[in-house]
Amino acid sequence: MPGNGLRARGCAVSLRTPLSKVIGRGSAGEGVGHWWIQRVTAIALLPLTAWFVISLLGLSLQSYDAMRGWFGQPWVAVLSLLLVSTLAWHSKLGVQVVIEDYIHGKAAKTTWLLLSTFIHVIAAVAGSFAILRMALA
Amino acid sequence: MSPHLGVYKFMYTMSLSILHRITGCAATVGFLVFVWWLMALASGPDTYARAMQALGSPFAKLLLVGFTFSFVYHFCNGIRHLVWDTGRGLERAQARRSGAFVVVAALLLTALLIWLGCQAMGFAPGGAP
Repeated sequence: MPGNGLRARGCAVSLRTPLSKVIGRGSAGEGVGHWWIQRVTAIALLPLTAWFVISLLGLSLQSYDAMRGWFGQPWVAVLSLLLVSTLAWHSKLGVQVVIEDYIHGKAAKTTWLLLSTFIHVIAAVAGSFAILRMALA
Repeated sequence: MSPHLGVYKFMYTMSLSILHRITGCAATVGFLVFVWWLMALASGPDTYARAMQALGSPFAKLLLVGFTFSFVYHFCNGIRHLVWDTGRGLERAQARRSGAFVVVAALLLTALLIWLGCQAMGFAPGGAP
């Protein structure tokens, strides 16, 4: 979205028409919301994934008791919940762009988008439920 | 709509861009495996032991290596994209340099994570569990 990038930097050049600015939607019909949330979740995922991977490497993953003990800590549960929900959101947005670009035909596109959305919502709920169950056990 | 691949002269920076999408999709599959692993851990010791046994199979190990590289590359190249979003580093020479840096950093980080990951998982690196 070159028009938005230039506008955001205070440049006089804009590729958007006055009407499109008023309506606030791009060619996909939903404006800059998708683009922006993809960036926000990306920034949030940098520290969240780094924390999780580094923490996991310090644990003995074969030990059930050690893993349950780790997930039983309140802050681990909170950060893990944020990790799972943000990952699901970012992944859903990314897969959506790939489907929109490579799947042609409205019926096929809608079907794949629905499928991706359902899978991501199920993954987010399942992951969150697993973390809560371990935290509240 | 970006993927009109046929109309551009091929550059190696293009393959890095395509690789960002491919590794993103692979990381999505990795995320689903991660959720499955969380559910196994929340289900109890027997389910978790079976899940860890499944992850120890040669095919699963190969997948885990692929997921690790995909995540690390997407992480590093994602930072490159975020810098671009601020309007910096877009000159051709800069983009080529940062691309080469991302590839080297991703390969080194992947190797490091696999080595440390084998110890955390209780696998002998390169050998049988």
